[in-house]
Amino acid sequence: MASDIQTWVRVAAFVGGGIAMGVGAIGAAVGEGYSAACANSAISRNPKSAGEIFKAMLVGQAIAESAAIFALVIAMLLLFSKFPTDSYVMVAVLLSAGICMGLGAIGSGIGSGFPTGAACIGISRQPGIGKRLTTNMLIGSAVCQTPSIFSMVVSFILLFTDFSQQPLLPTFAALVGAGLSAGLGSIGPSLGGGLVAQAGCEGIARQPTRSTALTNIMLLGQAVSQTTAVYGLLISFILLFKGVPDSPAIAPAAALLAAGICMGFAAIGPGIGEGYVGQKAVDAMARNEDVTAVITRTMLVGQAVTESTGIYGMVIALVLIFVV
Amino acid sequence: MAIEGADIVKAAAFLGASISMGLGAIGPAVGEGMVAAKTCEAIGKNPREAGLLTRTMLVGQAVTESTGIYSLVIALLLLFVV
Repeated sequence: MASDIQTWVRVAAFVGGGIAMGVGAIGAAVGEGYSAACANSAISRNPKSAGEIFKAMLVGQAIAESAAIFALVIAMLLLFSKFPTDSYVMVAVLLSAGICMGLGAIGSGIGSGFPTGAACIGISRQPGIGKRLTTNMLIGSAVCQTPSIFSMVVSFILLFTDFSQQPLLPTFAALVGAGLSAGLGSIGPSLGGGLVAQAGCEGIARQPTRSTALTNIMLLGQAVSQTTAVYGLLISFILLFKGVPDSPAIAPAAALLAAGICMGFAAIGPGIGEGYVGQKAVDAMARNEDVTAVITRTMLVGQAVTESTGIYGMVIALVLIFVV
Repeated sequence: MAIEGADIVKAAAFLGASISMGLGAIGPAVGEGMVAAKTCEAIGKNPREAGLLTRTMLVGQAVTESTGIYSLVIALLLLFVV
């Protein structure tokens, strides 16, 4: 039997590593392609600023790449680490770590591409403000990376915590649920944060004198769109550390897996929707500075309503974990 | 250990509830985001109508929310009733 566990642990490590890198590569590639496309269209508009645009493109692409590098690190760890082979729980650990990091890297890569593209176009319109645009782009892209960092944290916790003494069936479901919750939950918020940052860069290119006010409102919009990623992380931590009683029944285990699926999918929509709201709010403020107060209020009210389905998802997840 | 039918049915109900609420939450949120986004754009163009636009936004979002609430109801039914 011992060799049997060893086989399955290795299978899980290889499959997990493949999923982490394969799925994790999608976002960065799309985001970097979008950045380069925007950079080319910017250079064709204003060839004299080609050097500055090229520099902004490379810096932005480097940030977008970071999520894929996290995925590469997790994939390497999965392929080359020696894992204990005393329990089938390890299979769930390795699969879940790979799935979590792979899904978590999608949104951040794409999201970071949006502000980079907008910054390149902005430099072609206003060549003098390259520095200010690049700063805003870096702040915006950094916020887009946070959900993928949440996923990486969950993957590391999975890989470096010893779950092998815990009961097999419920722990297996809880760990896969934790990976899905953090991984799927990262996709929407980072895309939404990217949309807001894109509008921030466009707005600063239009109104360079108001860059501080626009960066502030961009950060507010991004922060609200990140909330559902935090819910995903919360449910994931609860699933990782709650400690589940042993039981041969399938239903309690299914409830834990279901909690992760529910929170993960429910976090996608609010993140994207709140990103749209923030995008248009920043855009409206850049066009008309008299409306800052009323737009900020409308943005927050609109985002609060958009958040509601994410909260329903969290409620159902918590009910699945603690009540049924 | 024999797996009992009732156990499997319960497990399926839990998974069904999570799929219902999880996937069901995506659409309303994206739709409500679009509503609020256009409202911000419209208030930027015509700030004097802010009150009317906010009211229309909230009514529109309330209607958009309905499918999210259907998902919630189905999820709660699956968890506690059936």
